[in-house]
Amino acid sequence: MNIGVLALQGAFIEHERILTKLGAVCTEVRQPSDLHGLDGIVLPGGESTVQGQLLQKSGLLAPLRELVTDGLPTLATCAGLILLAQKIRDSSVTHLGTLPVTVKRNAYGRQLSSFVTLESVRGIGSYPMIFIRAPYVERTARNVEVLAEVNGNIVAVKYGNQIGLSFHPELSENLKIHEWFLSLCAKREKYF
Amino acid sequence: MEQTQYELNKGLAQMLKGGVIMDVTTPEQAKIAEEAGACAVMALERIPADIRAAGGVSRMSDPKMIRGIQEAVSIPVMAKCRIGHFVEAQILQAIEIDYIDESEVLSPADDVYHIDKTAFQVPFVCGARDLGEALRRISEGAAMIRTKGEPGTGDVVQAVRHMRKMNAQIRQLVSMKKDELFEAAKQLQVPYELALYVHEKGKLPVVNFAAGGVATPADAALMMQLGAEGVFVGSGIFKSGNPAKRAAAIVQAVTNYTDAALIARLSEDLGEAMVGINPDEIKLIMEERGL
Repeated sequence: MNIGVLALQGAFIEHERILTKLGAVCTEVRQPSDLHGLDGIVLPGGESTVQGQLLQKSGLLAPLRELVTDGLPTLATCAGLILLAQKIRDSSVTHLGTLPVTVKRNAYGRQLSSFVTLESVRGIGSYPMIFIRAPYVERTARNVEVLAEVNGNIVAVKYGNQIGLSFHPELSENLKIHEWFLSLCAKREKYF
Repeated sequence: MEQTQYELNKGLAQMLKGGVIMDVTTPEQAKIAEEAGACAVMALERIPADIRAAGGVSRMSDPKMIRGIQEAVSIPVMAKCRIGHFVEAQILQAIEIDYIDESEVLSPADDVYHIDKTAFQVPFVCGARDLGEALRRISEGAAMIRTKGEPGTGDVVQAVRHMRKMNAQIRQLVSMKKDELFEAAKQLQVPYELALYVHEKGKLPVVNFAAGGVATPADAALMMQLGAEGVFVGSGIFKSGNPAKRAAAIVQAVTNYTDAALIARLSEDLGEAMVGINPDEIKLIMEERGL
């Protein structure tokens, strides 16, 4: 399977390391021509403002939005979740805007408030969640499935083939979320 | 500092990778930097070129000025404290800075000891000229390393030298037999465990950025091709003719650091670059501070 990893900025190599370990082939996505023939795409952690601007300047925004809307399996972590969100609180800016949720950026505060916790993700089980200056989901449309909450805040959602996470599975040794994502990518392949 | 906190702090540096961290002196500059695509800003009263020009003792910035910048942007805010000045670091931690740079750009407060960074919750980045310095800073608790370069010169030569040296030394450690590592650790003046880590993984245990003298998109891409995981730009942006345009161009050059055709386009019409000074022309060599 050929999985695209958005490589504009942030922790994309960490995702590639895990996906490669699980047998996938990774393509670093920096321009529209890198989007051909993907079975799935990962939007990694990093700084969402930077990634958002580079999405626009690289010309990736429109073609990537189209692919995600068409059902390309998408795993978005931290900054990636912000790129997907239809609304960002206290901001008029949106990026891909394909996931009908409202997210709050830096929802827990500055770096001193970053934390790790072991909580359950629906369908995955107990998972070590690493939150770094993380966002969370404040509101979701009715058809968005909530996969995990921490202290009453939504930190993992699924909508169609889009998975949005507040935390960083790419920094964890636990491979279950990437395994699950690859199984979504494999399922979709059959329709083509 | 707990192990968990250290992992989170190293993790924040991982999120900054592939990005550009820019020196800013006012909330307005911080906004320009954020809009141009900076992944973090370094809040300081004077950029290194002006510190150099002003001479005298340079210290941690006014916390109020740093707060103003924290309020102006949503990206991480870093600030510098003097080498060994753990009280300046305590102050920066108290105002919830996202990263502290224990920096040779400021006048050292201690000519023997660096700060015990393991005693802090907030992460530290430190400068290094070679692998020994890098691993010593990491053993003191640094969660991120950058080359020292020679700040405030607009001359990239030292950053190149430091990055090449560090990577050459990493390759040497990797190629050694395991029983040779004890002596190598002794020579480098670093803990054996860290030498072993580098031997096994072929990289530093933390993220490594380039810093010092980066002034153009080509400089930034050069450092990335030499193995930097991101770039600090200090005086190079706000000492140039068109800071917003130059900043944005450097950000794109770091993302697309092997795409020469794109970097050519990015390098067009940037206005005047920072007027550089070369190392033979300066009296104050900052890279020799804190070894």
